[in-house]
Amino acid sequence: MMLLLLSTVLCAGIIISALLAVHLGNVVSAAISAGMASLFAAIIYLVLAAPDVAMTEAAIGSGLTTVIFLYAIRRTTEPPDK
Amino acid sequence: MIKRATILITLVLLGVIFLQMVVTYSPSTALNQLSRHYVVSGPDELGAANIVTAVVVTYRGLDTLGEVAVLFISAAGVGLLLQRKAVDEAEKRPRRPSSELVGTAIHFLLPLIFVLGIYIFINGHLTPGGGFQGGAVLASGIMLLLLADPDTRLNHHIVEWLESSAGFGYVVVGVLGLILAGGFLDNRFIDLGTLGELFSAGAIPIIYVFVGLKVGTELSAVLERMKD
Repeated sequence: MMLLLLSTVLCAGIIISALLAVHLGNVVSAAISAGMASLFAAIIYLVLAAPDVAMTEAAIGSGLTTVIFLYAIRRTTEPPDK
Repeated sequence: MIKRATILITLVLLGVIFLQMVVTYSPSTALNQLSRHYVVSGPDELGAANIVTAVVVTYRGLDTLGEVAVLFISAAGVGLLLQRKAVDEAEKRPRRPSSELVGTAIHFLLPLIFVLGIYIFINGHLTPGGGFQGGAVLASGIMLLLLADPDTRLNHHIVEWLESSAGFGYVVVGVLGLILAGGFLDNRFIDLGTLGELFSAGAIPIIYVFVGLKVGTELSAVLERMKD
């Protein structure tokens, strides 16, 4: 019962952050929301007894990908004060 | 109009597919034949306490080699597309100085992150994790370094050398398995040792050290290229 409740909350977190990533106007916030979706997915993998997958998801999905997105956003937008 | 209709039809079709899956879903109560074979005879055959590792590195070792090759190609592509141009100092975009919090924390955290990454891939055959996860943790340490001091340059000779020798070593271990044991990437040409000890499971720890170094250097190189 506890597991079901926790999984439901985490799934709702994934869906909400994914929707935010699509609908937010600011690209930086959208990239961070996508990272949040990954982080929720990592926790749900851990809860469902797949620690190997959870580690990959947390390190690559929410860590490195988010930073690569942020670098890419910085490279492709104009500097704000110039 | 046509675009909207296409989207709607696609969504409906996807809904039908997922509805089928939900309606016919019944949780499996027993392992299927292949999984049972892996779980029952994996520890005896390969000496790895972590079954996931036994499957990833040995039973499905060729797939892992393919994954490493895919990662290598994407890292090479990023390196090719984002070649560093010699930028004039004056034209350089002014950088915001990094936060003092990051700059101070890195002295304490960086060694710990590296030790954790190395621990994850050396203990891949005993505990959850392995080459990919450990390599990603190493790369996140490099990421923290790049965030703390944006002018950091990785030494490309060391990165290239580590990356290519790790890839070469991985294939050499695979070929050694082909010659000395049952097949390509067979880990049993080294004594399997006692189940659950650090030096056990034949060649699996060696393969995972190579994979970890390769993944770590490749992801770090991608991050460094993306940075500036």
